[in-house]
Amino acid sequence: MDEMEADPVLVAPLRRTTWRFYVMCAGLLAVVALGVYAYVTQLSGGLAVTGLNDTISWGIYISNFVFFIGISHAGTLISAILRVTNADWRRPITRMAESITVIAIAIAAVFPLIDLGRPDRLLNVFAYGRLQSAILWDFLSIATYLTGSILYLSLPMIPDAAILRAKHSLGRFRNFLYNLLAKRWTGSRRQKMGLEKAIGIMAIVIIPVAVSVHTVVSWIFGMTLRVGWHTAIYGPYFVVGAIFSGIATLLIAMAVFRRVYHLEKYITVKHFRNLGLLLLALDIVIIYFTLSEYLTAAYGAEEQDVAWLNALWTGPFSLLFWSMVVGGFVVPAFLLSWRRTRTIGGIVAAAILIDVAMWVERFLIVVPSMATPQVPFDWGVYQPTWVEWSITAASFAAFALLYAVFSKVFPIVSMWEVREESQAPAPAPSVEGEVPA
Amino acid sequence: MADSEQDELADIDAGRRRFLKVATAGLAAGALGVLFSDKILEVFGATPLDTRAVSGTDAQWVMLIDLAKCDGCGQCTAGCRDAHFVPQGQEWITVFKVQDELGAQYFLPRPCMQCENAPCLKVCPVGATFRRDDGVVFIDHNRCIGCRYCMAACPYSARSFNWGEPAHTPAEMAHAYSIEEPWPHRKGTVEKCMFCAHRAKEGKLPACVAACTKEMGNGAIYFGDLREDAVSNGVETLPLAETLAKRGGFRFKSELGTKPRVWYLPPRR
Repeated sequence: MDEMEADPVLVAPLRRTTWRFYVMCAGLLAVVALGVYAYVTQLSGGLAVTGLNDTISWGIYISNFVFFIGISHAGTLISAILRVTNADWRRPITRMAESITVIAIAIAAVFPLIDLGRPDRLLNVFAYGRLQSAILWDFLSIATYLTGSILYLSLPMIPDAAILRAKHSLGRFRNFLYNLLAKRWTGSRRQKMGLEKAIGIMAIVIIPVAVSVHTVVSWIFGMTLRVGWHTAIYGPYFVVGAIFSGIATLLIAMAVFRRVYHLEKYITVKHFRNLGLLLLALDIVIIYFTLSEYLTAAYGAEEQDVAWLNALWTGPFSLLFWSMVVGGFVVPAFLLSWRRTRTIGGIVAAAILIDVAMWVERFLIVVPSMATPQVPFDWGVYQPTWVEWSITAASFAAFALLYAVFSKVFPIVSMWEVREESQAPAPAPSVEGEVPA
Repeated sequence: MADSEQDELADIDAGRRRFLKVATAGLAAGALGVLFSDKILEVFGATPLDTRAVSGTDAQWVMLIDLAKCDGCGQCTAGCRDAHFVPQGQEWITVFKVQDELGAQYFLPRPCMQCENAPCLKVCPVGATFRRDDGVVFIDHNRCIGCRYCMAACPYSARSFNWGEPAHTPAEMAHAYSIEEPWPHRKGTVEKCMFCAHRAKEGKLPACVAACTKEMGNGAIYFGDLREDAVSNGVETLPLAETLAKRGGFRFKSELGTKPRVWYLPPRR
């Protein structure tokens, strides 16, 4: 087979764009524009236009930050772990996962800035940054993670860029990008070995970086003396939660791209089932961590812990809490373990439930702890305003938009990697036997 | 073929050498920057950290609040507000009504605790919150970026935020901002009690102490210097250590290890 030959199915999304795509982009852009308008409102009126107050001084901006950082673990961590463990079935989904990572970190990183009272003084972080502050740890680890993830996403794009640059004329902008990546790519044995080595190194390097990122995000909360936050479980809890929501997001993306770009040949039931089982495993770990966290607090029954738990279990946050536990953790566990619901539809439904629940979880991490009185005082009340909801909607729209545009600039399935899989002599190992679709 | 591969190798080598050179130079520059950051900041006119922390006194300011005397009138809050033009919606000293376990009610005024081991100070990403050598924890409102991590970290909920542009008064606007007397108040920054360190410099008691004494004749809030082991409400002066020992003095949430510079005497049963 010709090295430079590409499957027309994979190139098709780059060559042809339907009117539906433009309509979708216009819709997403409109939502982003609403978010920009909301932010301009906030810039002039200050954070007073939000529902935040002196008691609950962090709200859904910080929840979104934690959520998107979590989503970002889809990518790099999943694809890196699967690469390191030589799971060959990963090949068609690695790029989908890695691009989620880069886009999600970029969006997550904006939220702390949106939450700043004085965004005009952002540069003070460079001028006066204190390494003693967990915010600086975040700053450094997220910057490292973003850089590493961009590298880890771009390296495997080099051979694809070479193919596209040589065989297809896709306009000046895309050719510029392909040239940037693959100008000196000849496909020689030496270059290929170098590339494989570089990808291998990045796959290993990115794992501790990804773990550190979500650990450090959890430490922002964990390092304070607040009820519900000041616990050692937060680091691992956040990391597992991040991979959990990351896989769920990847599954949703797989279903969408498979349908829209007709990738049934590449993304098969096997991929959904394998990732579905990984998701199930993490779901069980999340249930275990949730139990550990709340039981430890409830059994000791310190005054503040009891107040906080009551707010979650029977108080103002109980509807959200129980919906999250039952609808987002328990129901998906059944959907993912029953053979009859372990279909693409069932797995994607579980993934959607999990993603919603994980957003709620981030909200329940940030807000109830702040609402619980630390001094003899009334409970804090927080009702996000239209400004906060608009900016939140805009972030999700921006995520979808960037992801859609990315799939028009680079093939969303790595062309050279799936070819190498089909040429591999040994059959690809899988978690369970081949199942007819 | 061999030739082109040779060229490729040479290319890679040259590239690597270039990368190493640039990376080494960059790292060296970065290291020098960190080592001499104070000097560099000085060149650009920024205030070095140390000068902010110099109070010019040897005092260690402390406060003692006698809960047996506090009747919850709120004059301390009002006096503080008037003295600092405290923005609407904020209270730098708040009086909480507390129901104790035996059903008795008492009042608990809460200023900033000026913790020796201040959680707010630890978490500040830009050093806007700092502790002066007289024990007072200050906020530099020209440096604060408004991330509100300090508010999340403070176990006493002693900090407030200017969520919007605070409502200003002409008298407030006529004043020149300083860290000790931080008004006009600034939008998007965090505020709190600073033990009226500017008044202490002039030999005056904090505004809340003065207001409390004026209201009650013999006030519930005492202020003084830890080194002198004496606190005063303007009418009487108490020996601090002896009073604390004799009357069961305590610090709010002392189990947290924050080491507040505010002591309390228990309420009457």
